[in-house]
Amino acid sequence: MTPIGMGIAVVGAGIGIGMIGSKAMEAISRQPEAVGDIRANMILTAALVEGAALIAIILSLIAK
Amino acid sequence: MRRYILSFICVFCLTAFAFSQDHQEQPAGEQHGTIDHQPSHGDGGHDAGCGPIEDHGFDPGAKAFHHVSDQNVYNIGPIQLPLPCFLYAPGHGWTTFSSGQFHPDAHGNGHAAISKYVLVEGLVRRIDDPSFPDGEVEIGHHPYLKMEMQADGKEKEIPYVCYNAKLYPTVGRSTADFGMFGGGISSFYDFSLTKNVVTMLLVFLFLALVFSSVAKAYSKRDGMAPTGLQGFMEPILLFIQDEVAKPFIGAKWEKYLPFLLSIFFFILGLNLFGQIPFFGGSNVTGNLAFTGVMAILTFLVVNLSGNRHYWEHVLWMPGVPSALKVLILTPVEFLGIFIKPFTLMLRLAANITAGHIVITIFISLIFIFGKGQWGPSLGTSIGSTVLTMFMMAIELLVAFIQAFVFTLLTASYIGSAVEDGHGHDHEEAGAHH
Repeated sequence: MTPIGMGIAVVGAGIGIGMIGSKAMEAISRQPEAVGDIRANMILTAALVEGAALIAIILSLIAK
Repeated sequence: MRRYILSFICVFCLTAFAFSQDHQEQPAGEQHGTIDHQPSHGDGGHDAGCGPIEDHGFDPGAKAFHHVSDQNVYNIGPIQLPLPCFLYAPGHGWTTFSSGQFHPDAHGNGHAAISKYVLVEGLVRRIDDPSFPDGEVEIGHHPYLKMEMQADGKEKEIPYVCYNAKLYPTVGRSTADFGMFGGGISSFYDFSLTKNVVTMLLVFLFLALVFSSVAKAYSKRDGMAPTGLQGFMEPILLFIQDEVAKPFIGAKWEKYLPFLLSIFFFILGLNLFGQIPFFGGSNVTGNLAFTGVMAILTFLVVNLSGNRHYWEHVLWMPGVPSALKVLILTPVEFLGIFIKPFTLMLRLAANITAGHIVITIFISLIFIFGKGQWGPSLGTSIGSTVLTMFMMAIELLVAFIQAFVFTLLTASYIGSAVEDGHGHDHEEAGAHH
């Protein structure tokens, strides 16, 4: 079950980070001068999404 | 033209390296074979009586985990440099020696046991069995056998030592993971200067040299344009100051800037040092113990500098109905205090370790598809070299991003702990009370 749990967690994180990336690209193309702010916030949000996925992965490792 | 020559050299080196590894793999296989045959020969050799051992073949997963784990030897290419070992076993006392006394081979497997300690794949393990002789004992060239065993309802593969026709199980060092990752308190504690500790000291010395010279340049050339090393460091320092500290912490940024710069450069330095191929290959920032300590530092800085508004928002959020606060908000916010540093710890370790494991698996493809023959090995080596170089480029990016993310999140946690209460919150709170 562990690999399946990890896989599902990664799917969620993938969708989340993909949406962050696509919206950030849109925002940059609309307002290229704000690229610095957008990039910093994009990485921050991606890191937070990743954190939730990592907790799920670790829990799936621990709970057998 | 030069580019082609370079890429050819890369492929050749990787193949040659792969083959040298494969070649060293061979005697182990032969040894397994002889053990298999010995009962029928009945000549009672050194290893007889250890029973037939099945050869598991090449296990890329185990290989990858061996390469990302901490070790008691420092390896530069195939050379294993000895490191000091400080081991403590309750009831047995302290044992100090150099890990060179194990006479480790290129895989980090020792050929000797010292006061019941053995070196298996670079890591010190202990034989608990009281019948095993104390002191320095020669245990032959391939004395280690991995076997499955049942422990606490879980299947574990642990190395056994074959000595005088008897198998002795070994135990790993104590770890502080409370059994979550297969560790726990065992019969001995390892306080050695391991590979990771040595790498940390090297990076610490390097950073100390760099930053003392940059600091000297700042005081000496006050008001002048930066030059040399100072000029190289200034954009990075200013980036952390202007893009991380000021916007995320706010008015009190100056107090926390040294902490942010320290963690940023220490993590970045270790990330980059861990990517130098064949030089230590130490995975310090991918080690949960290391990232755990960094996360604890962040936890302490955030919570010790938390002001009244921070604690009010954690424990008794203003402007929210009491029932909601007691049932959901306060428990969640309280858990959040611990979950924030916990994710900091996991994120860095998981990202760095994942990168290293993927590289090791790409190199393992040579053994999986090559099967020890020149043709397929060479073919896979080309593909594997390209994939490895691509992965290393990504890892270089990840090294910067993860150091930045750790600093950025630390800054935002500190910012949430030290920011002044908004007038808006007070009005809301006043209206409800």
